[in-house]
Amino acid sequence: MAEIRNYTMNFGPQHPAAHGVLRMVMEMDGEVVRRIDPHIGLLHRGTEKLIEYKTYIQAIPYFDRLDYVSPMCQEHAFVLAIEKLMGLEVPARGQYIRVLFDEITRILNHLLNIPAYAMDVGAVTPFLWAFEERELLMEFYERVSGARLHAAYYRPGGVHQDLPAGILDDIWAWSEKFPRVVSDIEGLLTENRIFKQRLVDIGIVSADDAIAWGFTGPMLRASGVPWDLRKAQPYMVYDKMDFDIPVGKAGDCYDRYLVRVEEMRQSLKIIRQCIQAMPGGPASSVDRKVTPPPRGEMKRSMEALIHHFKLYTEGFHVPAGETYTAVEAPKGEFGVYLVSDGSNKPYRCKIRAPGFPHLQAMEFCSKGYMLADSVAILGSMDIVFGEIDR
Amino acid sequence: MSRIENLYAALESAFGGRFSSVKTELGEVTAIVAAQDLIAVVTALRDDPALAFSQLIDLCGVDYSAYAAERDGARYAVVYHLLSLKHNWRLRLRAFAREDDFPVLDSVIDVWPAANWYEREAFDFYGIVFTGHPDLRRLLTDYGFVGHPFRKDFPLSGNVEMRYDPDQQRVIYQPVSIEPREITPRIIREENYADSEGFRKG
Repeated sequence: MAEIRNYTMNFGPQHPAAHGVLRMVMEMDGEVVRRIDPHIGLLHRGTEKLIEYKTYIQAIPYFDRLDYVSPMCQEHAFVLAIEKLMGLEVPARGQYIRVLFDEITRILNHLLNIPAYAMDVGAVTPFLWAFEERELLMEFYERVSGARLHAAYYRPGGVHQDLPAGILDDIWAWSEKFPRVVSDIEGLLTENRIFKQRLVDIGIVSADDAIAWGFTGPMLRASGVPWDLRKAQPYMVYDKMDFDIPVGKAGDCYDRYLVRVEEMRQSLKIIRQCIQAMPGGPASSVDRKVTPPPRGEMKRSMEALIHHFKLYTEGFHVPAGETYTAVEAPKGEFGVYLVSDGSNKPYRCKIRAPGFPHLQAMEFCSKGYMLADSVAILGSMDIVFGEIDR
Repeated sequence: MSRIENLYAALESAFGGRFSSVKTELGEVTAIVAAQDLIAVVTALRDDPALAFSQLIDLCGVDYSAYAAERDGARYAVVYHLLSLKHNWRLRLRAFAREDDFPVLDSVIDVWPAANWYEREAFDFYGIVFTGHPDLRRLLTDYGFVGHPFRKDFPLSGNVEMRYDPDQQRVIYQPVSIEPREITPRIIREENYADSEGFRKG
């Protein structure tokens, strides 16, 4: 019998299932994956280096452009790091607004990941339904920040501007209708025979392996580890919120899908609690050395004008020191390691993207599975190249 | 006892004086470990049930050549961020590479498999070599990239730019044509600058 040798196959960088620009060199034994060597960096923009050359406020928009489907959670990690180094307090209203928009962002992210994932394994309809809903959420983004995606809304000390009138009522009205949308999407997928055949028992990762490979977020929870920074190391007002952490049992692709669906429901619960408990008062710190004065005050007060000028030319100074601050972003632990030398620019800003260790384990997760399964595994990781390549 | 104090006590009983320094700042514990002790220390940090740092959350290189504050004398350091899910605490570990011209540290890939890409990234960006790493290739920069872009002496604009050359009918590299410019200068104020208390007293 003729000897069959393994052959090497190139996947991507332009492929609909590559979720952007991923190139994978795969060694195949027939249809079985033996080795995968992901080549990343095709979207590398040197964000961390650029941030070293920008003032702290100028650096915020870069965080929207990392994981571009969950922008505000990433801004949050950066502003929390600055606030920690400066010892800055955020007023209660600002804290609630941030939690509210963190959870809107989480739904926004899962509404992209779940249907895109379904499309990878063959279902098109959920994608169209979810995008309709995403559009509504991005309208809320636009109303608070002026931008649908790249918001730059969170600022050290709070948020850029207070909520516009009526937005809480509109978010509430939306939250009444949203459970129906989740059920509809679930109705198409959860018990769908084809969907389950493609996902159940595919890409199983045990809890110990998930920990050793640095998994966080839904990837870790699907493997049965109840770990969520919102519960374990709460920031802002998450300790006042009542919500549950969904945990998987098998650690396969299907569990990751289920965890994300349930997370949307829990996020909705947090959103409704935030709206009900939204306190009054300022949305941002009134320390004028960090936050700009209101426009009206600038026209009358010389001091306010000077503050504004100094903030937008030189920027504020952050005391020398270092911090690692992490938030529970929709994809997992998003951390910022910020080193300050006491100047108006960061000395070093390392961004810890959750997708990076997930994609790194691609070979580990898909070894021994079929080629088509590797696409399902990749989709279950919720990969976005903006944050991995930075 | 608070969580930080517990961590302190656990570190003290496990390592005694083996760290060159252990500090708590802003509620975060930073330990500096000598390069030759690195593997022994991280293995103990992971395996000691009283510490149980089961996750390597982050690993990154830092170039301290332009850092004004006091440092160990070495230029390059690798910073490890560890997380213990069991005790819910974090530790920052810093190891300086002895040689500035050829920075070398031991790879922690056998302790945490997650170190693989992080070490490749630190090699790519800072030229830090990790002995024992099975596959230390560049990760994020272009195929055939020259230099280590995150070093402080590497220009922000880079050294080469790329364009399509119609004569040769291929993409070529040439020296960058853009001038480096600084919009906002880096400013470090001296102590007590514009400190109204000191100003009134002075």
